Amino acid sequence: MLAPGIVLFLAFMAAPIVYTLFLSLQKKQVKGLGLGSGGRTTAFAGLENYIGSLTNADFGASVGRVLLYGLVLIPLMLGLALLFALLLDSRRTRAAGFSRTAIFLPFAVPAVISSLLWGFLYLPAVSPFYWVFDRLGWDVAGVLDSSTVLFAIANIALWGGVGFNMIVMYTSLKAVPTDIYEAAKLDGCTEVQVAWRIKIPIIAPSIVMTALFSMVATLQVFAEPTTLRPLTNSLSTSWSPLMLVYRDAFTRDDIYSAAATSIIIAVVTFAFSFLFLRVVQKRAFGQED
Amino acid sequence: MTTFSIPRTRPRRTRGSVDSIRVKPSFVSTGILLIGAIYCLFPVFWVVMAASKNSSELFSTFTLMPSTHLWDNIVELTQYRGGLYWRWVLNTALYAGIGALASTWISAISGYVLAKFEFPGKKAVFSVLLMGVLVPGVILAIPQYFLFASVGMTNTFWSVLLPQIISPYGIYLARIYAAASVPTDVIEAARTEGAGELRIFNRIALPMMAPGLVTIFLFQFVAVWNNFMLPYIMLGNDALYPVTVGLSGLLNQGATAPAMYTLVITGALLSIIPLVILFLVLQRYWKVDLAAGAVK
Repeated sequence: MLAPGIVLFLAFMAAPIVYTLFLSLQKKQVKGLGLGSGGRTTAFAGLENYIGSLTNADFGASVGRVLLYGLVLIPLMLGLALLFALLLDSRRTRAAGFSRTAIFLPFAVPAVISSLLWGFLYLPAVSPFYWVFDRLGWDVAGVLDSSTVLFAIANIALWGGVGFNMIVMYTSLKAVPTDIYEAAKLDGCTEVQVAWRIKIPIIAPSIVMTALFSMVATLQVFAEPTTLRPLTNSLSTSWSPLMLVYRDAFTRDDIYSAAATSIIIAVVTFAFSFLFLRVVQKRAFGQED
Repeated sequence: MTTFSIPRTRPRRTRGSVDSIRVKPSFVSTGILLIGAIYCLFPVFWVVMAASKNSSELFSTFTLMPSTHLWDNIVELTQYRGGLYWRWVLNTALYAGIGALASTWISAISGYVLAKFEFPGKKAVFSVLLMGVLVPGVILAIPQYFLFASVGMTNTFWSVLLPQIISPYGIYLARIYAAASVPTDVIEAARTEGAGELRIFNRIALPMMAPGLVTIFLFQFVAVWNNFMLPYIMLGNDALYPVTVGLSGLLNQGATAPAMYTLVITGALLSIIPLVILFLVLQRYWKVDLAAGAVK
C-alpha cells in the first residue's frame, strides 16, 4: 500500500536528484572540429563544475543578495505575524474576524499575480502612491531602482506571507487553555506581560517552524524577481541563485554547471534547515521531552 | 503538540464573544490590525479599479477611480488569441485540481500505512520522508526538468502534473492525522470480518481522516496553483500554460506594447477570484499547527 508513494518518490524526487548529480560531474567535450553528431560528447569532469560554480562571482553576488533579502524579510514578516496573532488573540480587539480574513487573503494570490499587482503599484505612471507624491510635490525615486528593488521584492513576499504565518501562530495560541491566562491575570499580570512571558514561550515551536519554512522559501526566491523583470532594468538574470541556475540551463545551454549549482543550492538549503532545527530544537522543544 | 488542529464542528467562539462584553475594547490593537487589513486589501482593491479602465484611462486618470470598461476588457481578454486566457485558467484548474486530489489520496494512504503498520524499514522510510519535507519542491524543478528532458517528456501536460503529486509534507500531516483519528481496534475488527487492506483504507480509514485531508488538499491545491517555476521551465507550448506563466508572458509583451497592460490587469483580477472564493468558503479548514510534528 505504500507502493504508489514510494514509486512517485523515487521517480520524481530521488531520480531527478541522482540524475542531476550525475550531470553535475560531467562536461561537454568537443572532438576534432565539433562537427557532426559524433563531434560532441560528454566527459567526466570531476568536481570542475562545482569549483566553477563556487568561484563564480555572479553566484556569490546572488547568494549575498538573497541573504540580505532574508535578513530584511524574515524578521519583519514573522514579527508582524506574531504581533497580529497576539492582537487577534486579545479579547480587547474588535473586528478581529474581518482583520484576520483580510490579512490572510493575500495567501490566496499566487506569487506571480502579487508581483504583477505590486509591480504596477510601483510603476509611477499607474501607481496611486506616486499620484499622491506628485500632488504633494515630492520627488520620489522609482521603487524598482537598483538601490531599493530588494525591498520592493521583500514587500511583495511580506504581503503574501504575513497572513499565513499569522494563522499558524494564531492556531497554536488558540490551542492554549485559557486558565493559564486567568491565573496570570489574578497574579496581576498585564496583557503585554502575559503575551511576553506566557504566550510567546508557549507558541515558540510554531515560531521556529514558520522561521524554518520562511528561510527555505527565501533561499529559493524566483517567481517574484522573474515576474518583475519586464518592469525594471535593475534585476539581472542572475539576481537570485535559482535565476542563475535557470540562466545557465536555458539561455546559456550549460546544463552541467546548472546541475552543479542546483545541487549546491539544495545541499545548502538542506544543511541550513537541518542545523537550524538542531540548534533551536533543544531550546524550543526542551520542555516537552 | 502531537496533533494538528482540525476544524471543530462547533467553533470555539465562546471565549471571545462572551468575555468581550465586559472587556474594554482597545483602539490601539484594533487599529493596528485594521491597518494590516488595509495593507493586505489595498492591491486587491487597486486591481478591481484598474481592471475597469481602458488602456488610455489606465495611464491618464487617477488609478483608484473606477471606470466602465470592465466588461469590454473581459471581452477583449477572451478574444485574445482565440480564448487562450481561458485555456490557461482551465489548465490551472486541471493541474491544481487533479494534482491536489491525487496528492491527497497518496498522502492519505502513505500516512495511514506509516501510522498503523509495522514493517521492516519503516524507520528508514520515515527519515527519508522527513528529509523530503526539508527539500522544497522548487529546488527539485530543474533536476526534474533534466530528467524529463532525458526521456523527451518535457512540454507535456504530465510534466507539470506528475512531479507535484508527491508531497512529503502532505504524507507527514496525513500520518499525524491517521494516528489521531483512526482507532486500531476498528481496523482489526474489519480485518477479522475479512475485509481487504485496501478496502479497509478506502471505506473506513479515509472517511475518518476526511477533515484533515481537506487541509492537505487545500495546501496542495494552493501549492500547485502558485507554482511558477516548474511549468515555466517545463512548458514551451503556451496552450499548456497555467495562468501564472501565461500572465507573466503577457506582462513581458507589455514592456513593448503597453496596451497589453489592461489585459494583464484584467487577467490577474479574474484569476484570483476563484481562489479567493475557495478561501473564504473553506476558511475554517486553514488551521494548521506547523509545529505539530516538529518534535517527533
